[in-house]
Amino acid sequence: MKRIFNNAQEAVEHIEDGMTLMVGGFGLVGIPENLIQAVRHKGVKDLTVISNNCGVDDWGLGLLLQDKQISHMIASYVGENKEFERQFLSGELNVTLVPQGTLAEKIRAGGAGIPAFYTPTGVGTPIAEGKEVREFNGKEYVLEEAFLADVSLIRAWKADTSGNLVFRKTARNFNPMMAAAGKYTIVEAEEIVETGAIDPDQIHTPGIYVDALVQGDQEKRIERLTTKEG
Amino acid sequence: MANNTRIQIVKRAEKEINDGDYVNLGIGMPTMVANYISDNKQVVLQSENGLLGIGPYPTEEEVDPDLINAGKETVTTIKGASFFSNAESFAMIRGGHIDVAILGGMEVSETGDLANWMIPGKMVKGMGGAMDLVHGAKKVIVIMDHVTRDGAPKILKQCALPLTGQGVVDRIITDRAVLDVTDKGLELVELLNGYTFEQVQEATEPTIIVKQ
Repeated sequence: MKRIFNNAQEAVEHIEDGMTLMVGGFGLVGIPENLIQAVRHKGVKDLTVISNNCGVDDWGLGLLLQDKQISHMIASYVGENKEFERQFLSGELNVTLVPQGTLAEKIRAGGAGIPAFYTPTGVGTPIAEGKEVREFNGKEYVLEEAFLADVSLIRAWKADTSGNLVFRKTARNFNPMMAAAGKYTIVEAEEIVETGAIDPDQIHTPGIYVDALVQGDQEKRIERLTTKEG
Repeated sequence: MANNTRIQIVKRAEKEINDGDYVNLGIGMPTMVANYISDNKQVVLQSENGLLGIGPYPTEEEVDPDLINAGKETVTTIKGASFFSNAESFAMIRGGHIDVAILGGMEVSETGDLANWMIPGKMVKGMGGAMDLVHGAKKVIVIMDHVTRDGAPKILKQCALPLTGQGVVDRIITDRAVLDVTDKGLELVELLNGYTFEQVQEATEPTIIVKQ
């Protein structure tokens, strides 16, 4: 049995100033929106946040920017957020841009006990500056080091009380790797069911990676509504 | 770029896609290629955020907030689609399983260097998945205007902007020509929209080779 919290605010009690957080999601899809709001409410500062994007001005991780709770952002694309741009250009926010595939693999490697790996991505670009480059079979690769987090904030569609997780559609994205790379992993699930209620063959992330669960209703804001008509 | 010029480039890019291909289309003009894929071809479109088998944009009733493409637009799935994590997504990209990647470009060099992610001194938004894509796809195609708004060449001996990838581009498709990056240099494949070879060469910094 995992720790199951009654609300998101209790679930983030472990998070302290200066911690490194991984936060699941791609754009606004698959973000643990209630846990993010709880972190904002708790008011912890000087956070390093690893997430593919940084939300929009008034939603997702953008909420933590509003209160200047993030001091270092590690992401692959941050173009959706004016407050982000303001804090970055004024030097208040330290930003590390990582190619998306390298970001995913750094997190995967962290959770899998691999300290570093060679990838072709970024060779000959500013990304490889100061890093070891090595040739394998006539092609150059750059050495990239793994990421770990003090706390990972994950959003799942369905969880059981043993922490087994099922994700929905493209809301999976970075969530499975981040669950494994967090020293303490908190999952916000749309639904928590009894252990045994999910077919073991259908589980995406085994419960071994999960420390705590909270059920949360999701607003699921849409960043770019595109339809056939429009 | 005038809209009909974009459509011409996009339609020409579609010819690079073969029946049965797995294809990744970059954000912006490359995404438009999806609208012109021939009904005679079975093509599976990959989205970096963890989807093989992107379908058309949804009707208002079909909109699902959990289902987006890499440009964060709401989409649908085709029959036979699959979902996976970003780690799996980039494993299939870097692992050479994607047949064609079509990306936009700011500058391309005669040796196939690509710059398309940052202009120093301006706000840097990030490279997203572009740096991984250019190293993984079997065929990397850049589609862009032949020259800048001021008429300066975008195909250069050496890129001035920070690179996305070094020696990664296979083919360049512009509003004026199709050019291949070869060991000998840039080789002319086709002239487009009534441009002569002399006009294309004048708008291109490196010397273009004409296949005999």
